[in-house]
Order: sequence, then structure tokens, then C-alpha cells
Amino acid sequence: MRTVFKTSYDADINLFRHKQQFGWYLALFALALALPFLLSNFALGEATNVLIWAIACMGLMILVGQSGQASLGHAAFLAIGCYANVLMQQRLGLPFLITFPLAGLIAGVAGALIALPMTKLHGIYLAIGTIAITILVEDFIVIAEPLTNGVIGLIPPPITIFGLVIDRYSTPNTLYYLTLGITLLVVLAYRNLQRSPLGRSFAAIRDSEISAQAMGVNVARTKAVAFGISTGITGLAGALMGHYAGIFNNETFNLIISIQLLLAIVIGGLGSIHGAFFGAAIVALLPQTIAFGRDMLGGLIGGGSIAIPGMEAAIFGLILILFILFEPMGIYGRWVKIRTYFELFPFYRKDMFRRQKAYLKTERMR
Amino acid sequence: MSLLELDNVTLRFGGLTAVSQVSFSVEEGEVFALVGPNGAGKSTIFNLISRIYDPAEGDIRFDGKSILDRKPHEIARLGIARTFQNIELFDQATVMQNLLVGRHRHRHSRMWSELLFTPFVRAEERRHREAIEKVIDFLDLQAYRDKYIAGLPYGVRKVVEMGRALAIEPRLLLLDEPASGLSVEETQDVAFWVEDIKKQMGVTVLMVEHDMHLVASVSDRVLALADGKMLAMGTPHEVQNHPKVVEAYIGVADEHEKVLA
Amino acid sequence: MGVLQLIVSGLANGCVYGLIAMGFVLIYKATEAVNFAQGDFMMLGAFICLGLTNPQFMGLPFWVSVPIAIAIMGAFGYALDLVVLRRMFGQSQIAIVILTIALGFVLRFAAGVIWGHEPVSLVTPMAGKNVHFGGLVLGASEVAVIVVTVVLTGLLYLYFNRTRLGVAMQASSQNQLAAYYMGIPVKRIHSLIWALSGMTAAVAGILFASKGSIDPSIGLLGIKAFAAAVIGGFGSLPGALLGGIIVGLIEPFSGRYMPSGYSQIMPYLLLFLILIFRPHGILAQVHAKKV
Repeated sequence: MRTVFKTSYDADINLFRHKQQFGWYLALFALALALPFLLSNFALGEATNVLIWAIACMGLMILVGQSGQASLGHAAFLAIGCYANVLMQQRLGLPFLITFPLAGLIAGVAGALIALPMTKLHGIYLAIGTIAITILVEDFIVIAEPLTNGVIGLIPPPITIFGLVIDRYSTPNTLYYLTLGITLLVVLAYRNLQRSPLGRSFAAIRDSEISAQAMGVNVARTKAVAFGISTGITGLAGALMGHYAGIFNNETFNLIISIQLLLAIVIGGLGSIHGAFFGAAIVALLPQTIAFGRDMLGGLIGGGSIAIPGMEAAIFGLILILFILFEPMGIYGRWVKIRTYFELFPFYRKDMFRRQKAYLKTERMR
Repeated sequence: MSLLELDNVTLRFGGLTAVSQVSFSVEEGEVFALVGPNGAGKSTIFNLISRIYDPAEGDIRFDGKSILDRKPHEIARLGIARTFQNIELFDQATVMQNLLVGRHRHRHSRMWSELLFTPFVRAEERRHREAIEKVIDFLDLQAYRDKYIAGLPYGVRKVVEMGRALAIEPRLLLLDEPASGLSVEETQDVAFWVEDIKKQMGVTVLMVEHDMHLVASVSDRVLALADGKMLAMGTPHEVQNHPKVVEAYIGVADEHEKVLA
Repeated sequence: MGVLQLIVSGLANGCVYGLIAMGFVLIYKATEAVNFAQGDFMMLGAFICLGLTNPQFMGLPFWVSVPIAIAIMGAFGYALDLVVLRRMFGQSQIAIVILTIALGFVLRFAAGVIWGHEPVSLVTPMAGKNVHFGGLVLGASEVAVIVVTVVLTGLLYLYFNRTRLGVAMQASSQNQLAAYYMGIPVKRIHSLIWALSGMTAAVAGILFASKGSIDPSIGLLGIKAFAAAVIGGFGSLPGALLGGIIVGLIEPFSGRYMPSGYSQIMPYLLLFLILIFRPHGILAQVHAKKV
């Protein structure tokens, strides 16, 4: 483990802990930049999809990992961001550069407003409340047919930035770079949040509301702000998702998507940006991997490809169950353990990361 | 004018009167202790000052102004900090981060500037960290600065909680049983710190404590409570020898002596 | 359909929701965990009974397969706790929620593989028969659903509040460590409660299947039942039934008197309002943290 000698307060404030760490991330960024030259158009499309999911996962991660509120309602905010973005382009004729940030803003404000009356809810009550949001928004899309075109859905126009037309099929490279840029901005905002007072007040309400309050944190407002930032970022991801999908309707953003998002960040590892990316990679790449594996299997047996409905979800569920049972810290947690093992070799102890056993003591009065 | 005044405060939970017509005032710069057997209403008084409970009757004034129209989170901004009987730290954060949350009262930056991390936010961060280092030095927490709370021993957590309250830079510090569960040496440390908090930092202290030695050695005045009612008020010596207090403590005092012996 | 028939069919639906909701509440009362797969338990119970009864599968007599199905689901619940949930001991509520959601995916897939995705009907002696009740014609299966639910709720309520084991279950949820010290076998009690909830789900599933056709996706009814449990007040058995009945009654009536599309959102709208104005349900429990 590398020891950093801190000679100024900035050592704690800066984005990177030391030069070497900065170097690693620079290398990763260079790889990301080079990706269009290394991958086929199809694989690049998948990479774009992973980045879009990563943005959505980061959005949810801020809420769940930083402020400790679980939400099964984030598909609703993907939908709000997506519909807001496309409707403003189609109906008002606004350019993408304006509708995109506005879509995030609208989703964020909607999230904060919806969260305000729910700030007293915890745990399962919050979970069911947010489930209700997903279902209500999905049904609202059907009811508000004149605006949203109901179950038939909408086809977003290609993204146009100063005459540059960006489309998944004709210009996959540009779409990838656009998504990469937005992803980087979101990562930066996330990091800034983590190192600023607002991020700390999120952690405070996550760990102890009563003492956060005693420290002068307005718990209700902070929760609403956490919801707003989270749903805002999710809204941005939703807008990109719409352009990426090429067509969408109410079912594009159903409860299953909400659940997948939550499961993704748990598999990835709660509370870290890395976790959001790992989780996004699993969710976005799993369908292709399964299809690939099925074709291979079909080729081996010689029976063609076998399609079993629900298999994707089931495999996803199974992976998740195994993670929760054997690695509750997610992929990122496992990664940290492996890294520590090599850094401390041969002094790593097996129980270094063992959790304290907690006994349940309810706060119920009856 | 007293810093904190409780004026005929009464609180009922259903049929039970938890605090009954309690009046006392804490002067600027003194250490004031609340003592009494379990269930006497000491922590309840803290929760009343923290605005977690609303009193049924009476008034609570800080610096001459009633705080009953304040919300719980506004109390810290007035300059009242507190600790909790059963430590309420942020377990999934480091000692440093815990102390920094104590600086929330001094936050001047807004959401948007923090998301962009403007130079102003950075300058503010530096200021907060400078203030935190003072608290860390004062409480000898250097060794634990970047450790997570979840792995710290009980005694250290108690100190961190006191540090977090000090990071608020309060005028009035409420300590809820600062020495409960601590060893003799650790209790000694608490006594020194309370002295220093009063003398060096000029912070007024209101504390709830069972350890009569600690109370006697640091407090200027003591209020004894039993069953939510006031028994006696005065110097530690006067209160300890007050006939009503002796009477209320007969059973408990014996036990207490045994523990000390 | 007359208003009375609407009420009866709403009640029958509501009873099924109520029974699933009770499965949630049972587990929540004893372990503070929330089993999001409760709806899929119900689905599984229904399919097991169907697999035993229907001629294209095993073709056992209905009255033989019902107790077997209930017993299988009880064993399934017990085993699930033994193998999976016991490892989760001491983890957060949300971790268990996520685990059980994932479990639901797996169960739905398994049921689809075994019994197919086409809607099938359970062959019951009640099917197609009517009960004449003072000039009123009611479906026999609907009446059976209501009667069985009311009896079962009563039994569970008595069990929890009157028997030693029931009280021990409540005690173990409120302070696990203290319950250990008092000699309550907390882990075994948890397994028993999962068994009990599996059996309740089996009853709910069989009742639901007796009213119409089923397919693996009916497990998603669990979400509606969960809403019902919250509306009624999580942690109260009669509350769960009440919540179920409210949801069951809202649906047909809003379907009849409101434009299409609105009827299915009404339960969730109600849920939302209840969460905002009476966050702990109609039959609420007191929550407060002491410092």
C-alpha cells in the first residue's frame, strides 16, 4: 500500500491521490479514446451502450451509495429525460445542445419535487413508493397519448450539433465520443460532489439522520437535493438512451429497467464510481453474451439457437444472488481485495475486510 | 443575561410526565451538569433543547431568544452542539469526514458551485480542514484521521463525537454522558478536555453525567433531577449533600459507592 | 355486472392480494426482512398444485394435491431460508429486498421452463359452479376464496398473538440478541416463518388459480400485493387483508366509472397518497428512534 505524505490540505482535496494514480487513469482515458480504432462498429455500439448505462448507474449510485436511499423508480426518470429531450426537439424545434441539459434539469426538478413529500420514508416504504412512481409514469405515458404517442412510441430525430449529424448507425464514432464526453463530465461532477460539503451531508443522512440534523443538516432538503441530482443525471442517461435505441415507448422504461439499474449498482459495488461502471458493463453486455453463448451451444449440439424467455433475467438474478451471498461489496469490493492482496503480499490476511456482525434490533415500538 | 434558559418546561408522553416544570439557566462560560437516576429526564431535556421534542408548556431561550420556533437542524446554526448517549457517528465515513460534517454550519458554497468545484469551494475546503486540524490536535486524534469509524474502539468513538461537536465551533456544548463506558484514564482525559473546552475555547458546557467524581471535578453548578422534577441546584458539594438528593439516591447511592469502591 | 357482483369479485381478488400481502407481513413481523419474491411464491404454489392436479401432468385428485402443494411450498420456504437467507443474517433490509427480487426472476424462469408460458387453468371442483345466495348468483370459487381467506387470517392472527411460538417469533424480530439470550432459537424460528409464509403463498396461489388461468408472470401481482400491505399498514396481519381488499375493490370500480387506462393506476395513486399522508399505513405501527 502506497503511503502518501501529505504536505498540504490539497493532498486530501485533489482528485487523484498521487501522480501514479493519475497516470493510470490517463492511460485508461487514452484507451477509451482509441476504442473506435480498435473495435468493430457493432462492438463500438455496445461500448456506447455501456457508457450510457454507466451514466444512469452513477445517477442511481449517488442516491443509493452516497445518501443511502434505495429507489426502484429510476426508470421513470430515464423516461422523463428521454421524452423531455425528444419532445422539445420535435415540438419546439430546439437543438440538442439545449434540449439535452434541459432534459436533465427537468428530470432533476421532477425528482426533487416527487422526493419532497417522501423524505420521511425509509427502507421498504421508500422502495414501494418509488415502485409506484415507475408504474405511474409508465401508465401516464399511455394515458397522455397526444403528447407521447402512447404505446406506438416516438422516433427521435438524429442528434445535430452545429450541423454535425450524429447517429448510431451512420456515425457511430461521433456518438461514442459524445457519450464519452458526457460520461467524463458526470464522473467529474460525481467526484466533486464526493469531496464537497454537500456530498458529506449525503453520507451524514445515510449513516445517522438524527446526528446529521444535530450538525445542522436539513435532512428533508438534503434528501430532496440528493434525489434531484440523482434523477437529473439519470435523465441525461435517459435522453441518450432514447437516441441510442432509435425508438421508444412506455415499455422501454418499465419496472424491470428500474430493478436492473438497482441490481447493477449492487453487483458493481455500492458507493463507488467504479462500481457504477462495472455494474453497467454487466447489464449492458449480458444480453449479447448470453446470445453469443447460446449460439455457441446451439452450434455444438447442432440444434440451432434456443430461445427461452426470461433466461436473461434469470441469469442476471442468479449472478446477483451469488454476489450478495459471497461478495456483498460487489465487483469493486472484490477488486479492492485482490489489489490489496498484491500490494501487501505476503502479509494479506483473510479477515481484513470482514464485516462486523450486526444483530437486528428493531426500532418498532410494538 | 444567561446563555441558555429553561423556563417552566414540561413535557408529557401520553399520560407520563417526563419533564415537569423544570427551570434553570446556564451562564456564559460555566460548566453545568445535570445529574439524577435513570429516567430522571436528563436526556429528554437535551432532546428538548435539540428541538426533537416540543415542550407542552414553558419556554426555552438561547441568548435571550426563544428557540421554540426553530427547526431541529437550525439549532446547530445558533451555536448549540451536542453529543449522544449512544454514539451516533457516521459509521461508513472516516474520522476526518465526520469532523468535516460538523463544519456544515459554516458551509457558504451552493450546490452548483460544489458540483463544478470552483476555486471558491476549494478555498472553503482548505479553511474547513484547517479548522478540523485544530480539533484533531486538541483531542489527540492524529492517529485516527483517515480511519473509518466502523473499525474504531468505543473510547475513540466517544472522543470523535466530542470532536465533531467542537467542529461546529459552538457557543454551547451539550455532552450526553461523555464518560459512560470509558476507563478511568479515559474519564480523566474527558475531565481535562472539559476544563480546556471551557477555559481555552470559552465554550459553555451543559452535560449529563452519572460519574459523580467527574461531575464534582469539572462542574461549576449542578442540577439534580428525579422523575422529571427538580430536586436541588447549586455547587456540586451543595447538591451532593442536599437532603432531598440523598433521599432520592439512597438506593442508587449505595450501588454507586460499591462500584467506586 | 351488477354492483353486488362487482363487489364480490373485487372482494375475491382483494382476498388473494391480502393473502400475498400477509406473506409479506409474516416475514416482516418475524425477521424485518421483506420478501419481494412473495408473488412468485404464490405463482409457484399455484403451478405446483396445477402440476399435481391437471390431467396433462400428474392428474391427482384436487383434494389430494392441495395439501401436498401446501406442504411442498412450506418445505421450499424452510429450505430457502436454511440455504440462502441464513447467510444474509445481519445484512441490511435493502440487500434482502434485492436478493428476493433476483430470486423472483429465477423462479419465474424456472416455472416457465417446467410448465410453459401459455396461460393454463387449474382444474378444480369449484370451476364453473355457482352459489345461490338469497337471489344472488355468485361464483363458487369466489365464495371459496373469501371464506378461506377470512378463516386463514383469523388463524394466523390467533397464532401470532396467542401461541408461545407466535409470540417468540415477534420477540425474535424486535431484538435478536435478547431473543437469543432468552433461549429462543432465532434461526430456526426464521426458517419456520419462511415455511409458514410459503404455505400462505401456496393457499393464495391455489385460490387465485381457481378463479382463472395462470402463467408464470402472475408473480408480478406481488407488487400490487406489496402496495396493498403498505396501504393496510406493514406489520399488521388484519391490515394486510384490509389493504388487499381495498385494492381489490378499487380496481373493478375505477375500471367501471373511470376512463380506461386510469383503473390500473388507481391502487398506486392511493398508495402514493397514503405514503405521503399516513406513511405507516391505515393500521399503523408507531415508529420512533430514541436517542
